[in-house]
Amino acid sequence: MLKTDVVVIGAGAVGCAIARELSKYKINVTVVDKNEDVGGDASKSNSAIIHTGYDAAPGTLESQLVVAANPMYDEITKDLDVPFKRIGAILPAITDEQFEKLPEIKEKAFRNHVYDVEFKTKEELLEMEPELNPEVKGGLFIPRESIIDPFILVQAMAENANANGVEFMLGTKVTDIKTENGKIKSVVTTAGEIETKYVINSAGLYCDEIAEMVGKAEYKVVARKGQFYILDNKTSCQVNYIVLPIPTKVTKGKLMCPTIHGNMLVGPTAEDQESKVDKSTSTEGLESIATDVRNLVPNVNLRDTITQYSGLRPNRNPEGLNFDMYDDLEGYINLSGVRSTGLTLSVAMGKYVVQQMMYHGANLEFKDNFISKRKGIIKFCEQPVEVQDALIKENPLYGNVICRCETITEAEIVQAINRPIGAKSVDAVKRRVRAGMGRCQGGFCGPKVIEILARELNCAPEDINKNNPGSYMVTGRSRV
Amino acid sequence: MYNMNYDVVVVGGGPAGLAAAVSAKEEGAEKVLIIERDNALGGILQQCIHPGFGLTRFKEELTGPEYYSRFTDKAEEVGVEYLLNSMVLQIDTENKQVICTNGEYGMVCVNAGSIVLSMGCRERTRANIVVPGTRPAGIYTAGAAQRLVNRQNTMVGKKVVILGSGDIGMIMARRMTLEGAQVVMVVELMDYLAGLTRNRVQCLDDFGIPLKLAHTITKIEGNERVTGVYVAPVDENKKPIKEKEEFVSCDTVLFSVGLIPENELTKNASIEINRITNGPVVNQYMQTSAPAVFACGNVVHVNDLVDNVSAESEQAGKYAARFAMGKFPAAKKEITIQTGNNVRYVCPHKISLSDEAEKIDLYFRVLHPEKGVSLAVKCGNEIIAQKKEFKVNPGEMNCITVDTSKVTDGEITVEVMKED
Amino acid sequence: MKKEIICTICPRGCTVVVDGDAGNVNSVEGYSCKRGLEFATAEFVSPVRILTTTVKISGKENDLLPVRSKSPVPKDKLLECMEVIKKASANVPVKRNDVIIANICNTGIDVVATKDVK
Repeated sequence: MLKTDVVVIGAGAVGCAIARELSKYKINVTVVDKNEDVGGDASKSNSAIIHTGYDAAPGTLESQLVVAANPMYDEITKDLDVPFKRIGAILPAITDEQFEKLPEIKEKAFRNHVYDVEFKTKEELLEMEPELNPEVKGGLFIPRESIIDPFILVQAMAENANANGVEFMLGTKVTDIKTENGKIKSVVTTAGEIETKYVINSAGLYCDEIAEMVGKAEYKVVARKGQFYILDNKTSCQVNYIVLPIPTKVTKGKLMCPTIHGNMLVGPTAEDQESKVDKSTSTEGLESIATDVRNLVPNVNLRDTITQYSGLRPNRNPEGLNFDMYDDLEGYINLSGVRSTGLTLSVAMGKYVVQQMMYHGANLEFKDNFISKRKGIIKFCEQPVEVQDALIKENPLYGNVICRCETITEAEIVQAINRPIGAKSVDAVKRRVRAGMGRCQGGFCGPKVIEILARELNCAPEDINKNNPGSYMVTGRSRV
Repeated sequence: MYNMNYDVVVVGGGPAGLAAAVSAKEEGAEKVLIIERDNALGGILQQCIHPGFGLTRFKEELTGPEYYSRFTDKAEEVGVEYLLNSMVLQIDTENKQVICTNGEYGMVCVNAGSIVLSMGCRERTRANIVVPGTRPAGIYTAGAAQRLVNRQNTMVGKKVVILGSGDIGMIMARRMTLEGAQVVMVVELMDYLAGLTRNRVQCLDDFGIPLKLAHTITKIEGNERVTGVYVAPVDENKKPIKEKEEFVSCDTVLFSVGLIPENELTKNASIEINRITNGPVVNQYMQTSAPAVFACGNVVHVNDLVDNVSAESEQAGKYAARFAMGKFPAAKKEITIQTGNNVRYVCPHKISLSDEAEKIDLYFRVLHPEKGVSLAVKCGNEIIAQKKEFKVNPGEMNCITVDTSKVTDGEITVEVMKED
Repeated sequence: MKKEIICTICPRGCTVVVDGDAGNVNSVEGYSCKRGLEFATAEFVSPVRILTTTVKISGKENDLLPVRSKSPVPKDKLLECMEVIKKASANVPVKRNDVIIANICNTGIDVVATKDVK
């Protein structure tokens, strides 16, 4: 039987942040995820924003963690080489009714200890954001709302945790959790049983199913679908800030913002559904985004869309972010209701979980050899020409551009595949180096990426998946 | 950085680039270089293994490889040089420099007398036309599938639905059928065929593949791999009629929904782009708004016949060579050609008038199908060229020749006139 | 028996109606030129198509050799020919027009390479 001290279930943003935090201590950690790649569910399809927590429910754990997490990103993104930008958000009031709500929103921010929210006049807003609806009456500016590459954040935390000894078992599904005398005993997986002292349930959409295995299913996960548009980086109408709508009682509404790679992101919808797998977009959903966002940015050009996708946020019923440990089940830590703020709060949650473990008697000792830094794959297209020249001379594969939309070279793709916790699928390559992320959506590079994956992983092309097993790209050879 | 010097530098070694390079050389340019990103010359024709090329030019029915081989042979013969596996990252129109990658030399800066853009086009995707549903494996553009099947020895699926009746879509319908797949149907939004009639006969009718005109895919299903699509007829506003929606089981969806000129380099070089074609604005010499830069083939406007591409590219190569040699005709005046009744665009977009009288081929596409018409070029109110046509179709390029000696002061307009 | 044939000689695409029975043509209507008449007659009597596809290159997994029937083969033999081609392979180097399969399916027509491979 495999043996470890802590099993983290779920390799999303939260699971990987916890694993990285734990890897600072002398303790054995294993992360298990049913997906073939880290960050394979909610962490990959969100709005890629690092929030300040200005609009959280004051006094809640969610408020506390989001507010604490935001300032951590300057350092963690530098340490882990994650694309991150503090661009700020604006919250324009388009109607008089919305305008009257501004003081209330600012006061709520204050109660969340977000003190840097500023009031801006109509003129100031239109100067900051010329594409804004000219009807705007005034609004708020939230300077520390930021954008990030969410894929790289999760990969970087996972890679760094791995470099510090954390074991990752991907493509491995947890089927049961065994307890003995009110204590965690082991986790049963499709890759064998793992003896462990602790289980941390950070399974996101599936955390209720994991909780059920230990009889702690006091809640249900409700999948809340969010549909998005991504627009071409050359689209005619671009915004400089995260443009947020004034929330209503029913919904937080749909936003428009730049992504860290220069595209425009528009959305999301908020649709509760039974299914935890149905990530389909719909005509109605996409049309509702168009209608709502035009109210903020009238000239948004959705014809410049390069993709539409949807993600499922794991909402909780009853609602809210919960952290639970139980007197009658030693070693079990349950996280639930890690919803749209999950990406932001992940880094604070890592610290919170470790501290709680200590409060509950875990004897965690600092390692003296913790590696705090991680270097990402060098992006050829962002280098000055002299550096590009040197890179090609060092490795001729840098001279071979595979993805022409994003100028991604074969060298970058090969590194994405061969790094620890490397890419095994077409989508995993895309999430690491952006091959296929551009306007042709893999039309040119897709076939080549399949060939490179098969070559590097030494397998047949029909064994290459788009993401998880069953998503085969080709059916086999046409000539044998 | 490695430096090279050439008279004419051609960006892209597909049919357009090959024809331009050969013609530049034949016109007298001493050193001509093609920069190609792929590992071989020929461009997209390498995967177009089907026949139907060269009917106008060679009066023969050639396959893609046979067609481009005639040009690569010629290029070899006249001494065109080329760099393979090399991607152009930047074009400096002012200093006439092209910067590209190359595995052997590192970053290369090519100093040129003139530059020809022939990067071809790319396919519109599912996302461009916003087809809702899931995002499983098994969704390909027709061209990507064609590359996998014809060049990479892989089969993309077993049961296929194709959206769009463009030529590549229909050709892939036949190709997949010959390879043993079942093509369930070809779905076309418009109420007429997007591609050539010949392809409908030989690629669909021959194999009993149903063509659903005025239909569209309303949703894609499947979580890991495609499991099916919903297909519905559309009303006169192209909106799907929901009540008539039907589920069609399949494991593969191919999109053949149009091509877009590949103009990232052109745009980055601040060359003027035409709003309709999405390609650079050119005159009859295929010269762009940057005087030393010429453009030809699908990067300018999407053609249906490679024969036209070759002809237009030879023009680009010829004048690029003249430009490099300092023998370019001096323009007295430049006239923008206007689009009249039922004309979507005209290429070239401009005519440059010099002392020499010339005969210029104006290529254009119509907006909608029409029968029993006459194509006309007017200068002011006077008809300076006219040609009868049994029918016109948006899927098929039209051409009319105009003599510049007949051009007077008025505005030039191309239009489709009803024959009485 | 009447049959509608769309002429594919030129982009005009005339619909030609041929009346006759197996091998015998009684009347042809709707064509606009001599080539159209010839095409529709031949298409009625014995339709033929150029077959283009690929064959495996011996010792190579990822590459294919594009091939064609030297001249058109009977339409109803296309799939039968494919079965033979799928099992064939070519040795490199190969030159354009080299015969890969001679007299495929007893049609008297050779399948030839359409590309040079070194």
